[in-house]
Formats: sequence, C-alpha cells, structure tokens
Amino acid sequence: MSTQYSVIGTRPVRHDGADKVTGRAIYGADFQMAGLLHGVILRSPHAHARILSIDTSKAKAYPGVQAVVTADDFPEAPDKMVDLGEGETPLSHIRGNVLAKGKALYRGHAVAAVAAASLHDAEEAVKLIDVQYEVLPCALTAPDAMKDGAPILHESMRTKELGQKTDRVSNVAEHFRHVLGDIGAGFAEAEAVVEREFNTSTVHQGYIEPHAATALWNNDGRVLVWCSTQGSFVVRDATACVLDIPVSQVKVTPTEIGGGFGGKIPVYLEPVAAILSKQTGRPVKIVMTRRDVFEGTGPTPGCYMKVKIGARKDGTITAAQAYLAFEAGAYPGAMVGPAGMTVFAAYDIPNVTIDGYDVVVNKPSTAAYRAPGAPNAAFATETLIDELAEKLGMDPIDFRLKNAAKEGTRRADGPKFRKIGCVEVLQAMKAHPHYSAPLGGPNRGRGVAIGFWFNVGLQSSCTIAVNTDGHVNLVEGSTDIGGTRTSIAMQAAEVLGIPVEQVQPVVEDTDAVGYTAVTGGSRTTFATGWAAYEAAQDVVRQMKERAAKLWAIEPAAVQAERGVFSSNGHSITFKDLATKLATTGGPVVGRATVNPRGVGGSFAGCIADVEVDPETGKTTVLRFTSVQDAGRAIHPSYVEGQMQGGSVQGIGWALNEEYWMNPQGTMVNSSLLDYRMPTALDLPMIETKIVEVPNPGHPFGVRGVGEANIVPPLAGLANAIYHAIGVRMNRLPMNPPAILQALWDKK
Amino acid sequence: MATVFIPALLQGLTGGRSKLEVAGATVGEVVENLDRAWPGIADRLVEDGRLRTNISVAVDGEVSPMGLLEPVAAGSEVHFVAAISGG
Amino acid sequence: MPGKVHIHTLINNQPTDFLCEPRQSLLECLRDTLNLTGTKEGCNDGNCGACTVLMDGRPVTSCLVLGVEAQDAAITTIEGVAKGNTLHPLQQSFLENAALQCGICTPGFILAAKALLDQEPDPSEERIRFYLANNLCRCTGYDKIIRAVQDAAARMREEARA
Repeated sequence: MSTQYSVIGTRPVRHDGADKVTGRAIYGADFQMAGLLHGVILRSPHAHARILSIDTSKAKAYPGVQAVVTADDFPEAPDKMVDLGEGETPLSHIRGNVLAKGKALYRGHAVAAVAAASLHDAEEAVKLIDVQYEVLPCALTAPDAMKDGAPILHESMRTKELGQKTDRVSNVAEHFRHVLGDIGAGFAEAEAVVEREFNTSTVHQGYIEPHAATALWNNDGRVLVWCSTQGSFVVRDATACVLDIPVSQVKVTPTEIGGGFGGKIPVYLEPVAAILSKQTGRPVKIVMTRRDVFEGTGPTPGCYMKVKIGARKDGTITAAQAYLAFEAGAYPGAMVGPAGMTVFAAYDIPNVTIDGYDVVVNKPSTAAYRAPGAPNAAFATETLIDELAEKLGMDPIDFRLKNAAKEGTRRADGPKFRKIGCVEVLQAMKAHPHYSAPLGGPNRGRGVAIGFWFNVGLQSSCTIAVNTDGHVNLVEGSTDIGGTRTSIAMQAAEVLGIPVEQVQPVVEDTDAVGYTAVTGGSRTTFATGWAAYEAAQDVVRQMKERAAKLWAIEPAAVQAERGVFSSNGHSITFKDLATKLATTGGPVVGRATVNPRGVGGSFAGCIADVEVDPETGKTTVLRFTSVQDAGRAIHPSYVEGQMQGGSVQGIGWALNEEYWMNPQGTMVNSSLLDYRMPTALDLPMIETKIVEVPNPGHPFGVRGVGEANIVPPLAGLANAIYHAIGVRMNRLPMNPPAILQALWDKK
Repeated sequence: MATVFIPALLQGLTGGRSKLEVAGATVGEVVENLDRAWPGIADRLVEDGRLRTNISVAVDGEVSPMGLLEPVAAGSEVHFVAAISGG
Repeated sequence: MPGKVHIHTLINNQPTDFLCEPRQSLLECLRDTLNLTGTKEGCNDGNCGACTVLMDGRPVTSCLVLGVEAQDAAITTIEGVAKGNTLHPLQQSFLENAALQCGICTPGFILAAKALLDQEPDPSEERIRFYLANNLCRCTGYDKIIRAVQDAAARMREEARA
C-alpha cells in the first residue's frame, strides 16, 4: 500500500535532531534572560488543612528577596468555565490549585511564592513564611472518601448526575451510568461468570524534565511567558483567566519540552511567575524540584473497581457490569468518564451496565496520563477475560476474537464503532512468532491483553511559505514531544512532492500561529498533520495558478504530480516554479485550519513473557511484544517509539510504580530512587508490530498512536504472572511484596 | 426523524424510554424538540446556549466538533457522551 | 553569604575559570554560570542521570558533584562531544535510530554511553543495559537507545580499524 507514497512510511532524521543531540535545544529551565529572578513555591506540609494565616514579613525581609505572593495577590474574578482546548475546567479550580486559598487540599498544594535574585536566597526565604494551619482529617482513597462521615474537601460541592446537581454533599463530584440491554437477562444466560474487585495506585507520568516557566509582565502591559508545555494556547488561556486579563494580553512561547504524557497540560507555575513579575518589574523563572513534580503536579488516578463478566459455554460474552470509583485528587476530573467508555469497548457485548464515580480525595489534582482512565479499566476487564477464557477452555486470543468489537458494534456508551482494527490487532498477535515460542523454564508464564483508546481531533492551524530555492517553511503550533515536527512535515512534503528535508517545520508562539490545541490525545500527527496536508494543498493550488500564468492557460488545465507541474507539453518543477513567484504575483503562502471529524480510535495489544521468583516475588519481563493499529504509520520509527515507550510505562505501572502514602497523606517515596520507574536493566527489547487499518476519516489514514499502547500491559503482565505462578493479581503495583503476599494467601 | 438515545440518567425524564424519534435539522433543534415533548431534558444537556461542560454529542458514531450546530439527517443516531480528552 | 571560590578547569578541552559558592553543584555552575545548558537537571539527587558529564573520563552525575570539586578536572559536557561540525558516532546513531523522543535525557545518555564505548568497544546488550541503568528515559522504553549504542559501537570499531 505504502508504495504509492514517496515520503509517508519512510524514516527520515528529525528536523530538530541535531539540536537535541548537541545540547543546543532550549528546554523550559534552559531559558535565560537578563535581570532574571528565581521563584520558589512554598507547599503545604499537610494533606488537608485550613489556612488560618500567612505571615510573609520575615521572608520579605530576607536579603535578596524581591517579592512574596499568596493567593490574595490574584484578582478575584468571578468563577467561569475555562476552555482548555481539550475540555473545560472551572476557573476557581485552576486558580485554587495554582495557589491555595482558605484550605490546602493535599500535601504539596502551593500556598505562597518568593522571588529573589538567587535561587538559594529564594529557597532560604520561602522557609521563613509563617503559615498557621488547622490540620483536618484527610481522605486518601475513593472508597474512604465515599464513606458516610468522610472528611469533606469542598463544602459547596454536590454530586452531579448528568447536568443535575443532587442535594448530596459529598466527595463524589459526579456519577454517570451507561446501560445497554438488560444485564439481569444477560447474566441469567451466562454459563460462566467471573467477578472480582480491583485496586490500582496513583502513578505519575514521570517525565524527566520538571515543569519550568519564566514570565515577564512587560511594561506595555503584556504578559510574556516561556515555558515547557503540551499546549501553548492552553497556558495562554489559563494564565489570562487566572490573571483576569484578555487572552491576547498573554503571549506564550513554548520551549522544547522534556516529556509530558498528559501531565504538562495543566498550568501550575505560569500565573505565579507572572504575578511575581508584576510586583518586581523583572522576569521571574520558576523551576520545580522533582519532589514538587511528585507532590504538586497531577498524577493519574488510583481507583477501586468491581467488574463482572459472563459468557456462554461456546465463548459468547452475554453480559458485563462495572463499578468504577476513581480518585480525582483535590479537584473533580478523575478521567472516570473515559474509563467507563473504554472498559468494555473492545468487545461486542449485548447487555452492559457501567457506573462511574468521580471522587475527590486529599491527593494532588490528577491530570491526564496517556489514554487517561483506560489502562485502569482494562486491567480489570482483561484479567477477567483471561480468567473466563481459562474457565471455558479457550485460547485467550480466540476468546477475544470471538467477541471482538468491529465496525458497527454498539458500545455501552451508545455510539456504534466506525472502521476499527480490533480484530486485525488480535490476528496479528496470534500470528506473531512470540505467541507460539516456547517459554523454556519453570515459573514462567505468558499473558496477553488488548486495549482501546478513542484519540481526539481538536483545532490546529498551519501555514506553509514557499522559498525561492524550492524549500518551504512550515509554521505550526503543536509542541513537539516525540518527533511530530517531522511527522507533520512529511505529510506536507507528500502533497508538495518534495523531499521532507526541504520542508522546514517550526513550532511558533501564540502570537505567530493560529489556535492549536494541546499535543495530547494522540491528535498531533492526525490533526496538525491534517492542517499541514490542507495547507500544502493550498500551496499546490496557488502554484498551479502561477504555472498557468507562465503558460497563459487556465489553472484548471495544470496538473501537479510528485513536485512537477505540467500541462499540454509544458512542464516545470516545484523548485523552478519557486524562483518565479515574484514575477507571477508575489510570495506563495498556503494556510489551513482544522477542527476535524473522522477521528480514528486505536486498538493495541501485548504479549508478555515473565519469570517470577517465588522466593523474592520479583517479576522479570523476559520478552514483550506490542501490537498496535496505527491506521497509517507516517514515520514508522516514531510509531514504534510510541509503542515501546507506552509499553514500558505500562510495565512500570504494573510492576513497581505507586504513590506510597502514609496515613497523614504524605507521599513517602517522592524521589526517582524510591518511585521506581523502569531502567534499561529492567527490560528486554520491546518488539513491535505495526498494524495498518487505514482510518477512512483522514487523508492518509492516520489514527494517532500515542496512547493506546499503554492500555494492555497492566493486564498482560497480570495474566503472565498468573500463568507463571498460579495467582490472580487484582491490585497494582504487582511488586515483590504483593506477589509474595498473594503466594502466601494461596497456601 | 433522528433516533435519539436517552442516557440512562435522563430516562427518568422520558418515562423510562431509552430511544426516541425526534425531528430536527441540527442537534440544537433536536434538543429543543425533545424538550418540548419531555420538559426538563434540555436543561440537563445545555447550558448558556451550548452543550454542558464535558458532554459531547455523537451523530452516527462520530463525536462532533460543532456541538449543537451539528447537522442531523433523517435516520441519524444521536448520542450524548462524555467528552474525551487525552494525554 | 559564603565567599566565592576560584575554580580552574578544562571544559570541553578549553581552559575555563569560574567563581562558585561552596554550596553550588557542578551542574549549577555549568548551567547557570557557564551557560552550558545542554546538561539537564531532572531530579537534583543523582537518580535520573540527565546531568551526566564526564569528569576525567568518568561519568558523574554533576548534580552530586560540587563545583569546587571540579578544581583542575577535565570535564566533558554534551557541548563538547561533536568534533566541530561533525557529530560523534553516538550522536549520529541516536538520530538515525530514532533513539530520542523528547530529548531531555539524550545528553546524559550520550555521555554515559561515550564513557562506556571509550573503555569497551564491543559491549554486550546486557553490559550496555547495566552501564546505562543510572540514566532514566521515560519516552523510548530504551529499545532504540540500546540499538543506537550498539550501532555507534560498530561504527566506532569500524573507524578505529580504518
């Protein structure tokens, strides 16, 4: 198929590559400016406490200190919904999370900030801020926070049920329900039923670059921000709202970004740096410490789930039920909605009921993390599917294939699937040599699992200007976390019929490019790539007009094919035509904006081999294969990279990672030594198999590949552990103590 | 007429009906007509002239970027679903 | 405030003098005093490896080295790895093997891998994984990094033979 393309499907070196292997690329903390002050944030030592008073006088008197601010320094704008490009959040929640007012809702909640000429002086001064707290009891898990008599985080919060506020004062921000068919009848028909409870821990995205932002409240009244973010327009809009100034008064210049995975969508530092700059008249830079990142930014929810699935002896799933309670952290938004929409999405099940609860707890306000909500949910579903397959004596892939969702399958949340690649992913797993390879030893097991993520579309903008040497400059607004400058430029190059090296992509600031939503939701290669495709079409259209002018014919008579314009014996290359722009009408600039429909969801699967040491409980991953439907792989190396990275984040989530909270709500493992992410030594090579079921909704068939790959590994490893040592794990992480406990419980 | 699927938590307003045939050329018109027949339903879906925060509409299986302005054809399926974001 | 100390070093083969407070880490001196921001800070407690530099040929996490400890030492940072306009084989193979996504860990990995290959031209996969276990990458799952180091080792052996 891909032979019809000359650029799509190739593996060029990325345009920003040289800067990134030589240390020249400027990331958030690398930004420098004359007169820069350093900001440091004071964070609550308590998980839940009323702030009685804040005395900043000693800190203000510390040598070198230029300003000290608290939430009282933010304007008191009335609450409203702020559109952050991927959904809306109340201003009061954004502002309250940036600097706490009245109450600290989690350990690490920002309460005040200092700016000083030296970072060390700011660090010393921040310790001199005297905050008087009334410590309150805290609620740390969803089940605890849902109990009668639990400490209430937000006294004014009432549980919402689809647009309706109930009169229940509770930590449950929202309850939703999806119903399809009749589960009573469905379970009555089932001949095998499995039901289990599951718990997963809070985990962090774990990007290596801590959050960093510099702000200058300029003398013309504009606020200039340089920061590491997944969405410069999100930062612009959220910062403007918190500061209560128009969005056009804020200009955000995105630096290079050192990983995000969803965690660099919210704003934390920018409004604080801006207020400190307003008070001092100087630019202020704030860089988080690693502990700040763990304690003060949004991890992804821990959860409690109870899931039940029933099937007939012939392997037909007849009914499924899920109860999902997700920890939102301090403010609502636990990603339980997507969890509810994905929990059974891989299967065609006629009778389903799903209840979801968004529960606030005294932990950091959660943020998105790669397919947010879906990995937790799939951990439950996919381990039960494995158990059912075993009960029915069926091969776990055959059992999945028998029930797999296809085009036209109705999901529990209502809509029918359009063209999807669930079956093709399962077939590729079954056919993979890994699936039939011998395991070769005791205490070894193989597990499989699959997962789904919707992906999103959202708004993107792009312009392409033609240079006189036949190269083009491509301006876009999607911050580049994994090579998207190149995957976007490749789509433009394909349309223009020129090598991708002759497209120079640049990610511009919010003054210089049209609105572009976050780099997230696996949307960048899909949506910004689509904008580049359209902008390139616009260039081709204009170039045809120029050729027509040269030949004194109608533009409609000009054909464009692989970078050559021709008509009736005339012919000119893109490059030669580019030299004739001045005399045929002036520069050519193509432009496009999109808010596309046609988003194609992606299915992924994994095959995992493990060996479990029954003496220590340690699990070693022996072999791991990731399979994913990319729709169309624009740059296969970067698709593989997404699959490998997502898989390994899933492996870490499954085996090691957790926020280890003490009863007072302090994370006791807030360093990269104790929050144990996988190292090179913990892993084998991650094999990949790209499946291509083109998305009919995108000009090149792109689906977006950033997220679905993290969904399967949690259950895939749980299943592998079961087949190795015979214990079903229903709690994450499956670290050595948990495995040993499970082995002892079995005896 | 389009087929509107009523979310489980709104079926109290539609006498337990989970599916309704409703006229309308856009999602906005469909919601208006729905509310005429089953008062109160628009209030649960719409706020300040647009779909409530974190609710999206899917027409024929595709989440619409246009919300209430999304065209609806005869025989279309209309679902109100949770808005999806991503990492 | 404690007085500043005069430090003499050789950084990327250039004699370099700077003043530092006794409490400042080498990482701070490189980044904030000398504007060598290619060396990254990921944790400031020695656990992520993003700040890896070579000190007298040995990889160190520069956040755990004091600036004053660099007296008379030869330091190599990412800015000194390429020879003029020619990328080091590790840099070239990282690009060609797509061994970076966000790129924040890349300088640390390249320096750690350079220290390994300077001593051991043909390390096994296991040896590479062991040697690079102090460097965290969250984007790639390490697969393409390991392959890039293997590829660079082969190129360097080829160059050495030539």
